Amino acid sequence: MTSAAQTSPAPASGQSSLLDVHRLRTHFELRQWGFLRAGTVHAVDDVSFQLNAGEAVAIVGESGCGKSSLARTLLGLYRPTSGTVRFAGESLSDLRGGALKAYRARVGYVQQDPYGALPPFLDIRRILAEPLIVHGIRNRQEQERRIDAALEEVGLTPATDTRGKFPHQLSGGQQQRVVIARALLLRPSMLIADEPVSMLDASVRVEILNLLHRVQQDHRLALIYITHDLSTVRHYVDRAMVMYGGKIVEQAPVEELLRHPLHPYTEALLGALGDPDPQNAGRFRAVPGGEPPSLVTPPAGCRFHPRCPIAQKGLCDSREPSTRTPRPNHPVDCWMRE
Amino acid sequence: MTSWLEGLARLRKYPSAVAGLLLIALLIATAIYAVTAIPYSEAQKLWRGGDAWQDLPVNAGPAWIDRLHGGEAARTVRASSDDATIREDAFEGVRVQETVLELDFEYGGFPSEVNLFLNSDFESRQPFVRLTWRTPDGEELFLGARRVGATERVSISQDQRLEGRLGYPPQVGLFTDTPPGTSEPAVRQGTYELVIETVQFEEQASLEADLVIYGQVHGLFGTDHQRRDLTVALLWGTPVALAFGLLAAVGTTVTTLIIAAAGVWYGGWVDATIQRLTEVNIILPLLPILVMIGTLYSTSIWLMLGVVVVLGIFSAGIKMYRAMLLPVRQSPYIEAARAYGASNARIILRYMVPRILPVLIPTFVTLIPTYVFLEASLAVLGLGDPVLPTWGKVLHDAQAQSALYHGFYYWVIGPAAMLMVTGLGFAMLGFALDRIFNPRLRSA
Ligand SMILES: Nc1ncnc2c1ncn2[C@@H]1O[C@H](COP(=O)(O)OP(=O)(O)OP(=O)(O)O)[C@@H](O)[C@H]1O
Ligand SMILES: [Mg+2]
Repeated sequence: MTSAAQTSPAPASGQSSLLDVHRLRTHFELRQWGFLRAGTVHAVDDVSFQLNAGEAVAIVGESGCGKSSLARTLLGLYRPTSGTVRFAGESLSDLRGGALKAYRARVGYVQQDPYGALPPFLDIRRILAEPLIVHGIRNRQEQERRIDAALEEVGLTPATDTRGKFPHQLSGGQQQRVVIARALLLRPSMLIADEPVSMLDASVRVEILNLLHRVQQDHRLALIYITHDLSTVRHYVDRAMVMYGGKIVEQAPVEELLRHPLHPYTEALLGALGDPDPQNAGRFRAVPGGEPPSLVTPPAGCRFHPRCPIAQKGLCDSREPSTRTPRPNHPVDCWMRE
Repeated sequence: MTSWLEGLARLRKYPSAVAGLLLIALLIATAIYAVTAIPYSEAQKLWRGGDAWQDLPVNAGPAWIDRLHGGEAARTVRASSDDATIREDAFEGVRVQETVLELDFEYGGFPSEVNLFLNSDFESRQPFVRLTWRTPDGEELFLGARRVGATERVSISQDQRLEGRLGYPPQVGLFTDTPPGTSEPAVRQGTYELVIETVQFEEQASLEADLVIYGQVHGLFGTDHQRRDLTVALLWGTPVALAFGLLAAVGTTVTTLIIAAAGVWYGGWVDATIQRLTEVNIILPLLPILVMIGTLYSTSIWLMLGVVVVLGIFSAGIKMYRAMLLPVRQSPYIEAARAYGASNARIILRYMVPRILPVLIPTFVTLIPTYVFLEASLAVLGLGDPVLPTWGKVLHDAQAQSALYHGFYYWVIGPAAMLMVTGLGFAMLGFALDRIFNPRLRSA
């Protein structure tokens, strides 16, 4: 309901960022019969960006472009093929044992499928107690206090109504609230939400997005909001990044990006957005025509060129575009933009 | 996802499950009764046989079967000098005692055996006894005279010369007035007396006498060739069988499940090793290995249990659990658990294993009787626990003594019935549980 994103202070430049992703690559080897190499999935390919404490960014891209792979790599669930992820100055790949566990407490994770994200055989109290137990909070009263506070924070009031239930006794929206409560329990400083509303009923999407926005503001969380739906980013994030074929092709403050898209892919996404019917707000948007690129054998040159209306023969189809900044604070990877 | 309690509550709708539960409850009650009524050490001692059973007939059928036929067969009758009248005379420096053991014999069938147990207490000179049998008609029959040691067993029914004089085996001839060679002997019912005249040479010497007229039938389950009451083995076989079945089922299911989960979770060479071990283990024949160990090493039931569990770990179940766990490994809640820092052990034990546990309950329940039967098979093969009374050992004895050839059906039927009740109870419960916890089968 509040759209505080516009009023929140812009990230102070010069300040060292909370998250620093540098030339990150996450590739998967495809194997045949368990050992023969059959190709490499370039799920995340040379991704660099920074995120300040308390800043919310969106990563937008169509299905299969590597958004979840990026999220999982940032969470330390996938080992990057190359590149570095620095969090609060420390390299993620150097973290071991207790330090890695501490990192996991500092990064919350909200998944796409709320029902799948909750163990079906535990009740909500137990589900929420699990991260606390894992992180050594074994005092029952302390657990109860934090669980109740988290449930109330995500709007599941009174907490006593929800605590004893099993996930299947909750609606999808309520389940996602529990997932958010779990992500907040360990008081993280960053939240990664991977398509948190795409599996929910249209009627509760806005509520959940508002909830995410509110907790992000209240706790000054850094937020990475992953979506394939550009229409859901406007009021919730400071900055948006567009991902295509494993790469970030454009990033800018969200209003700038929506008003002056530079990459033809972003333009196409926005073109599809120009639907005046308010009924369709928040609905899945058609992506530009043509096939999404193969991540096993990505197109040579610019990965978007086979679908690009302004691609130049001999340039876009052979040489990878470099990053340029035609407008301030608005880098884009496209040969056609100067 | 069916929660446990809901599933169990739903059991009431399945008559077979209720019947199965009742049978299991009966078995458990029997087991509890057995271990409380006969302590473990007592059960072992009893089953070793010996004097504890000297008052019981050999190979007697169950009394209740006879009752179905009209109750004609003889029961065991005892007469003791403790409740007999003793007349005593002093006579030329020796004492002469006359003990009359009285007993009522009111059965239509003849006894199976007649023994007299004598216990005498003397310093150096053994007393001398003279035995006379007195029929209800007052006829007297001299049974013999002898010196008596400290404990003496006079096997009257084994007396060849007496048999010659009577024209019948003594246990028949002593109780009939039908002359030999005429027709089938008929029991002469009435009060019989055994007169024991004792000559004591010492002042303090005494003699106790117990006459046992063994019946044809005994108790609920009859007796075996060593006079042991089969009730002991059938009762005590219950806790042994249940404990073996339950421990083996728990041991194999739980360890198998955990190992399967660990293989699925770690993947790679861990998984490959587990898979190969399983494949090798599946083709290893369990029974011959157990027979080998039992023959060469020890037949202790606990050793057998250990071997069964160890060989059961890498069983075909691992493949099944693995197939069920593979999708669980991919589930988002596992990923979430990793993201909040749960350890590998926690993920395996707390998040993967419980996920498929309900599916395993039916398998687990039907596995119990499988192990009960395995233990019984070992015992039948002569590899039963050396000290414990078990159903399988009763079957083994019955087979060794050619029970069926001699018509001692009860000897086989008792333990077989117990095994069947066990199998039936757990199978009926297991099948119902299967329908509840594996709903895909429910429509069938
Ligand atoms: N563990 C893995 N092993 C092999 N390939 C993978 C793995 N995870 C992802 N991929 C592949 O990487 C590519 C990117 O997948 P990813 O899930 O990151 O995309 P996404 O943008 O999140 O898509 P969606 O919108 O469908 O969630 C896909 O082609 C996928 O098949
Ligand atoms: Mg995804």
